[in-house]
Amino acid sequence: MLVTRFPSRASGPAERVTGFIAHLRGNGFVLGPQETALALSVLEEVDATDVFQARLALRSILVPDAEGWRRFDDLFDAYWFNAGRQRAAEVNAAHVKVQSQRPMLWQDHFDEGSDGSEGEAPQQADPEGEGDAEGTEGRLIATRQDNLSKRDLRELFREEDLREAEQAAQRLGAALRDRRSRRRRQATRGNALDLRRILRSSLATGGDPLRLFRKRRPPRPMRIVALCDVSGSMTTYSRVFLAFLKGLIGVGAQTGGQSGVQADAYLFHTRLMRVTDALRDHDTLRAASRLSLMAEGFGGGTDIAGSLQSFLRHYSGKALNGRTVVIILSDGYCTANPRELGAVLGQIKRKSRRIVWLNPLKGWRDYQPIAAAMQEAAPHLDAHLPANTIAALAALEQEFARL
Amino acid sequence: MTHLELQKQLAETGYVAEESLAMALSLGLTLWRPVLLEGPAGVGKTEVAKALAAVQGTDLIRLQCYEGLDASHAIYEWNYQRQLLSIRAAEAQGGLQEEALFGEAFLLKRPLLQAITADRAPVLLIDEIDRADEEFEAYLLEILSDFQITIPEMGTVKAAHRPVVILTANGTRDLSDALRRRCLYSYLGYPDLDTELAILNARHPGLEARLARQIVTVVQALRREELEKSPGIAEMLDWAAALSGLGVNDLAQAGPQLQATLVCLLKTAADQGAAPREFLDRVIGKVA
Repeated sequence: MLVTRFPSRASGPAERVTGFIAHLRGNGFVLGPQETALALSVLEEVDATDVFQARLALRSILVPDAEGWRRFDDLFDAYWFNAGRQRAAEVNAAHVKVQSQRPMLWQDHFDEGSDGSEGEAPQQADPEGEGDAEGTEGRLIATRQDNLSKRDLRELFREEDLREAEQAAQRLGAALRDRRSRRRRQATRGNALDLRRILRSSLATGGDPLRLFRKRRPPRPMRIVALCDVSGSMTTYSRVFLAFLKGLIGVGAQTGGQSGVQADAYLFHTRLMRVTDALRDHDTLRAASRLSLMAEGFGGGTDIAGSLQSFLRHYSGKALNGRTVVIILSDGYCTANPRELGAVLGQIKRKSRRIVWLNPLKGWRDYQPIAAAMQEAAPHLDAHLPANTIAALAALEQEFARL
Repeated sequence: MTHLELQKQLAETGYVAEESLAMALSLGLTLWRPVLLEGPAGVGKTEVAKALAAVQGTDLIRLQCYEGLDASHAIYEWNYQRQLLSIRAAEAQGGLQEEALFGEAFLLKRPLLQAITADRAPVLLIDEIDRADEEFEAYLLEILSDFQITIPEMGTVKAAHRPVVILTANGTRDLSDALRRRCLYSYLGYPDLDTELAILNARHPGLEARLARQIVTVVQALRREELEKSPGIAEMLDWAAALSGLGVNDLAQAGPQLQATLVCLLKTAADQGAAPREFLDRVIGKVA
């Protein structure tokens, strides 16, 4: 979670609420100034000094969807109560500054050892910017933000990697493409007239076909759901995979689903998080900050079974159908009970068409899937393929065409 | 009306609302904003609207969305047969003005127009909005922000009283951000044990306390299992009605009836296999 400190010198409720909205925005909520005004007017309606009431009221206004509903309480506590922890007092325009540092979180993971700040980035202010920032805050902070975001994303998605990964993803999408249905269904803008329906409704108008109904072949897009492991053991591969995921999402987004592929991406380590929107984001800064939510616990242990469980519980209804290919990118080193992994894969298998496990270790010579988790998983997989470089990912095309 | 008052009034109509839901509804009433409810099936999303209509003492107008829902089913349609008939009838008496054909009498009002032209602000329930097409959703945006409908032959109809709008969604597809932004949001999850007991008591007041507790505990235990379709509150109430209809007053001694009535809760073959007898006995044993 992106932590914004409570502006203890804020001039009044308006500024504090604005800070809260900025905090939510930084955590991926889409909120405009209109919502800020609404939030203030709502606090007038309820007893704003009662924390519980204020929380309920703000939640019903500011939360857009079920995922936001689950996260709101933590975000609320983080801002208004500093997540229950006392922080070293540092009051000058704190919340503005902290926002400027958001993408730092990634550096821990991708530049191992470059700085040992252990995710404490928001705490320690930048040494070189601090003094100057006092006077001409706005401008300095703005440029700094820009720098950080560019550097981070360059490290995350190097230009050529991204292009290659995107091409690989594109070919993969083509391999998965599904033919359109032979049937036609009613549609408001179809290319053919639906004579049957027109005739039927013309009965009501004395035989005059007053209203024309149309029909067309419904698109039956293939869906790809990618679940990417970003735990410690996968550190060296996650960058490639993230580029691949971005390519995959890009394929669906660019062509507006016309390519016949919809993609959905999730990251997990000990928790699971949906990153489709973050990866689709054209605003690079926002994309980086949204991804940085995952940084907590990044590079730690893995709970594959638990993450897949939570995928199944929260997202599977929407994400899975009979045309879905589930791609799991992981090395299969799991801290949880491997038996559970088998069970949860069985459930996913029932709700989807194919499960493909891409394993970076499989590219090694002499690799045997002896990890207990992989052995449990094996019977549920349609394919268990190597994927340690982008070249390997590109080579998957033929494999997918066969599925 | 504060949310606590509203919560109390809803409880009087037999609807046990969580505080967050009551807050969203009361804000929806004071700010005149639609309320979007999401949550798993069978947690009482549709019931909210009925209860709210009862509290407000107004009508409930319901628009059930489905794929292919179009304006003529959602907003209005001209009663063509009647127009034809009156033309024929008028021919005998020497003709009819054209304007007369497009009057109120020939207008078939569908739910959205009904809600706007109602004499008293009604509760408008737009059920399962995510089943409707995206085009309809876009059209709905216009109505929800202005509360007016343009009928080319008659002009613009403006709402005399703004309806209270409740939308429900099940997650069939993603709703647009524009729609979400215009709505207050509340997520209805499965209730905890005490809330569910309160719901059961409100709906089946005659039920014996021990049986009620057993029923709720079993249902809550089933929800914790990995089922394909978790039983909702509606299923729980059905089951309670079935059990009391069969004259059961202790689950621990209701072997055959228990097994027979489980069809109220578990609605797929796999789920029925997932809750074997021993599991139920263990859960019931813990309550007694």
